Amino acid sequence: MAILTKEEAKKIIDKVLAFSKADEMSVNLTGSRTGNIRYARNTVSTSGESYDLSLSVTAVYGKRSGTSTINEFDDKSLEKTVRRAEEIARLAPENPEYVPMLGPQTYLESNTFLQSTADINPEYRAKVAFDSIDPCRKKNLTAAGYLEDTTDFFAMGNSKGLFGYNKSTSVEFSVTVRSADGTGSGYVSRDFNDAAKLNAKASTEIAMQKAMASVSAKALEPGKYTVILEPTAALDLIQNMMRSIDARNADEGRSFLSKKGGGTRLGEKLFDERVTIYSDPTNIDIPKAGFSLDGRPQEKVTWVDKGVVKNMAYSRFWAQKQGVKAVPPPQGFIMTGGTQSLADLIKGTQKGILVTRLWYIRAVDPQTLLYTGLTRDGTFYIENGQIKYPVKNFRFNESPIIMLNNLEAMGVPARVNGSMIPPLKIRDFTFTSLSDAV
Amino acid sequence: MKRRDFIQLSSMGLGAMMGASIPVLGNVVPVEQLLEPAVDAAIKKKMADVALNVAKSKGATYTDVRIGRYLQQYLFTRETRVQNIVNAESYGVGIRVIANGTWGFAATSDVSNEGIAKCTETAVAIAKANSKIQTEPVVLAPQKGVGEVTWKTPIKKNAFEVPVQEKIDLLMKVNGEAMKNGAGFVTSNLFFVNEQKYFASSDGSYIDQDIHRIWPTFTVTAVDKQAGKFKSRDAISSPMGMGYEYLDGLASEKIAGPNGLVGYRNSYDMVEDAIMSAKQAKEKMTAKSVMPGKYDLVLDPNHLGLTIHESVGHPTELDRVLGYEANYAGTSFATLDKWKTKSFNYGSKQVNIVADKTQPYTLGTVGYDDEGVPCKEWDLIKDGILVNYQAIRDQVNILGENASHGCCYADNWNSVQFQRMPNVSLRPGKEKLNVQEMIKGVEKGIYIIGRGSYSIDQQRYNFQFGGQLFYEIKNGEIVGMLDDVAYQSNTQEFWNSCVQICDKDDYRTFGSFFDGKGQPSQVSAVSHGSSTTRFNGVNIINTGRKIG
Repeated sequence: MAILTKEEAKKIIDKVLAFSKADEMSVNLTGSRTGNIRYARNTVSTSGESYDLSLSVTAVYGKRSGTSTINEFDDKSLEKTVRRAEEIARLAPENPEYVPMLGPQTYLESNTFLQSTADINPEYRAKVAFDSIDPCRKKNLTAAGYLEDTTDFFAMGNSKGLFGYNKSTSVEFSVTVRSADGTGSGYVSRDFNDAAKLNAKASTEIAMQKAMASVSAKALEPGKYTVILEPTAALDLIQNMMRSIDARNADEGRSFLSKKGGGTRLGEKLFDERVTIYSDPTNIDIPKAGFSLDGRPQEKVTWVDKGVVKNMAYSRFWAQKQGVKAVPPPQGFIMTGGTQSLADLIKGTQKGILVTRLWYIRAVDPQTLLYTGLTRDGTFYIENGQIKYPVKNFRFNESPIIMLNNLEAMGVPARVNGSMIPPLKIRDFTFTSLSDAV
Repeated sequence: MKRRDFIQLSSMGLGAMMGASIPVLGNVVPVEQLLEPAVDAAIKKKMADVALNVAKSKGATYTDVRIGRYLQQYLFTRETRVQNIVNAESYGVGIRVIANGTWGFAATSDVSNEGIAKCTETAVAIAKANSKIQTEPVVLAPQKGVGEVTWKTPIKKNAFEVPVQEKIDLLMKVNGEAMKNGAGFVTSNLFFVNEQKYFASSDGSYIDQDIHRIWPTFTVTAVDKQAGKFKSRDAISSPMGMGYEYLDGLASEKIAGPNGLVGYRNSYDMVEDAIMSAKQAKEKMTAKSVMPGKYDLVLDPNHLGLTIHESVGHPTELDRVLGYEANYAGTSFATLDKWKTKSFNYGSKQVNIVADKTQPYTLGTVGYDDEGVPCKEWDLIKDGILVNYQAIRDQVNILGENASHGCCYADNWNSVQFQRMPNVSLRPGKEKLNVQEMIKGVEKGIYIIGRGSYSIDQQRYNFQFGGQLFYEIKNGEIVGMLDDVAYQSNTQEFWNSCVQICDKDDYRTFGSFFDGKGQPSQVSAVSHGSSTTRFNGVNIINTGRKIG
């Protein structure tokens, strides 16, 4: 029952809209099935599964709106929810920034649903845990990991004729492998729409290699180093930057995209000319729904083209006020890279540090997008194109803006947490202190 | 959409501070629904007994049932308008069992007898399925049943009963005063939580609890478009285990600091703080950029609380020490071998850190934890030595103890309970000392107030903290405001540099309303009390940068 088809969802939404007496009404219908298994110390710790289905109705009178939610679907309950939303709307204060609902839209189609993931059951999850634990146990290593699979749908419709439906699946797997004496640690994470692409054993073996190779790390002096950020490490910083591309903040003078003297830096070259970042819901590696939660179509948008800022994200209100197209924020992004493998990047490095993962990243200064955080689970010194030895973890203080101006090289992009990101070779990356953590 | 809905806060001011989103646990409901009375305890007892009986018949050796109604009201405003008001309710039952020496958990929103029975069967089936790959059977510390009991946060004014309009009026006043005093932008928020929790276990406990929490906060931003600069100052309120009375702004609960600064104990004057914030955000625009180097730090309780949380609270969680959080938050440097020596100098002799779930007005305080254990107070660090951890029923045997510390918590009925941080607080100094007197003794130092940027490694050695306000101290005097300040240190080194703690009259709590832990991630709320404290010779870095 939790995952409705397009037709089933439309039928319920149309029924709800037929009850409406408001000026405008929109209905969202969502359902999901989520399962997980968690393990640590080479044994399973917790595991569970949950189902959810709920419907939310927003009624609008003029610029007043009200929302009510329910998870019962008989006619009486649906009508009651509509009346509740209408009541709340009548009593609500006017929202001066209200923008009328969108009419019918055309959405791009993408393949976000894979049956292999929807079919996951408790036995599959236990097998993933076993496939990950077993090789570790045999090598006297300790695994702690987590698998979560989700199948869900989202449907929306409104009284102006808009209708959208998307069904999707996702599977996320991560494992940390530690040496028995706790002096070495390695990590791997994988995420797919299609569970058939997940190989827990092979993924765990990568974390095992990192754990064994990072034992007995040496301390290097903090300072500025050339670094190679594996995709998992690179994503965190670039993703934080992509979350700060809101046009309103830029126009209001409180963003890295605000310009001295007023205005924004749209159209300016802010990064190395090899930097191009775009979003595209139809990308086969990271397929996304063709629409945003507010009904706006998700289209292919270039955010940074050859180092130049090309687009910022808008709310519908702010876009209307500024007289521009209301481009919604992206759901995941693609940073184009090069053709080199990670091994090629290492081979081409005289002296540098390979960073496999970053951790506990927090904003220090929103004006310059300065972030601090630490390396974790495998950091290595590179000399003459080879990994020489593991090094102790560093704390960094670095801005992705500065980083993307100090770009040396990029490798082949990989999927990390719903985005595509290449390994990045960066010069003068700032490490400010050492950490004893493993 | 994932398991939970989140309100994205990236453009609402709190973004940088809280990791960009606020969890909403439940369905959006009309405000009146929040005032509907809790389900009668007698009905809940009957529901719980269904689960207890089914579990036993299916072979469970232990069972607990949590029937929970979780209410939330969140208000978001900016400048002259309300951005969003969220009223949410979540109601259901979570059932945890031990079968074949293995935990199993399942939860359902179908609270009919059939729904509960089916859910219980699922929990037992999961336990049995997982027992096949289990290598460490659960050892549960005994807990005598407490019978039918109740507990309630001692609030004076139920925040859910205060009309929404009154709350909007307060926030509009806060925003208006901030704008009048030089703010370019202001966002303000009120968070209210009520947990109506019923716990029953096969030990013979039937515990009905009514728990309230509140957090008023704001961010004020000053902008100079010509100079291309902006600076913000967040509220120095604390989330509390209190009702709406926290917002009374009682003069008796204010603590006068140096340079006209005001601290708040158990009552908060939001409008006054907003006015101060606007002035201070403007002052930050022209504050001197700090010269990096070693400084003596004087840390206000509203700042030090987060340092305690990160560098003492998390590393003394026994599940982290044992490796259960290795794949996410990490492990801990405070290993069992260090504890066993009984001489591990976590800090200087002045440092006494206590864990509790009993301190009045705090976020952690309840009558019983989420596995039916009565709450208490215990020492973590005594005279600088690591003496204990935070442990729950299936861990405490590792410490050679036979009673849980009572710090098990789940953030919702559909989340499985696990070890969560109790209040972790620094005991005040025994000698009479206020902050003005402390500053007089500092030659080269920085006085830091408020929660800023924070980051710490996965074993809790190396950390970096910012703040809201930084004042330069020269020869016992505050000489002006500083900017671009962050301190970096190592936990053991830092706590061993603690030389002086103000007395109990300066004691206040700081709190974390949405502390995250676990996979899938759960939130919890926790307080940290302290008086203003001095740390000598801490490394300060300059965080100023230039872009393009």
